[in-house]
Amino acid sequence: MNSNEILDREFLEIRAKILEVAAALDRIERADGDVSTDPRMKLIADAIEVIAGEHSDPIRAEKIQLLFSRAYDEQWRTEFSIASRF
Amino acid sequence: MYYIDPHLHMVSRTTDDYETLAKMGCVAISEPAFWAGFDRGSGESFRDYFRQLTEVEPKRAAQYGIQHFTWLCINAKEAENVELSREVLKIIPEFLDCPNVLGIGEIGLNKNTKNEAIIFQEHMELAIAHQQQVLIHTPHLEDKYQGTRMILDMLGEHSIDRSRVLVDHVEEHTVGPVLEAGYWAGMTLYPVTKCTPSRAVDIIERHGAERLCVNSAGDWGPSKPTAVPDLVLEMRRRGHKESLIKKVVYDNPRDFFRQSKNFNLENPAER
Repeated sequence: MNSNEILDREFLEIRAKILEVAAALDRIERADGDVSTDPRMKLIADAIEVIAGEHSDPIRAEKIQLLFSRAYDEQWRTEFSIASRF
Repeated sequence: MYYIDPHLHMVSRTTDDYETLAKMGCVAISEPAFWAGFDRGSGESFRDYFRQLTEVEPKRAAQYGIQHFTWLCINAKEAENVELSREVLKIIPEFLDCPNVLGIGEIGLNKNTKNEAIIFQEHMELAIAHQQQVLIHTPHLEDKYQGTRMILDMLGEHSIDRSRVLVDHVEEHTVGPVLEAGYWAGMTLYPVTKCTPSRAVDIIERHGAERLCVNSAGDWGPSKPTAVPDLVLEMRRRGHKESLIKKVVYDNPRDFFRQSKNFNLENPAER
């Protein structure tokens, strides 16, 4: 499939998914309380920026996965006092 | 199209699901040992569970022409209890010669803790001592990247043949390191928390189909045991060749499993 064919196929799905995100954010804002300092709101905002940004390589999904991931520490064995087995 | 679901927890599913799977072309299932939704109180609970996996489920599946294979372990969540885990590790060898056992699994990490890492290593030593294949669970959501990297660190210390290890539940950010290290990778089709069929096909298009399998991981939670046919449909809609689709949903799991002496898949075309 070429990019035009994919866009034809995906356009309404993308539109619907963006509306779902927008409506969910509206729902949060409409409700009682304040989550503006909740770190998850910052993650959502950063993820939206990744979607909207320019990319030389199309790896938006991978970037968003990493955004929502805990960091990997190469020194984890030291923290756990677990020696290499071999 | 005939297909194999390489990761499906049928102890949590109804007999109606077996019937539906058979109607959709499923000819074989592999069922890794996993968490029951509650922590079990003793090693003997696991002995009963292993009997269910090696005696009861194969019969239930056979009623619908589906071959049932299984993997044994204490799952990553209950591995937090080191004493219980070591009880279970002693029981596992009693079952390794059962005719449907393919290896040790699904071992792995859940919250990436020290105890989970200790028991993961002890499972690996058991697998190597008994020349077993290994199926590995990677953590959920925000813990997946860190946990997958820790698992790859630990696997790299062992002398096991990498072609006999499958690292499961990979997504966009973990599939590359797993395949590049020479292991098999599994993608799980879950409605919300893992891959959708569309994203799984994207991953196949980006990384190729070598050593890549796809499964439903249907269990007692939100999951769809017939998710693999959803991926088949998505690949067809994108115009992929039938030979490529068959490679992903049938040839690849068959080729990974056939390294186990107990994998005796009947050719569905010759039945």
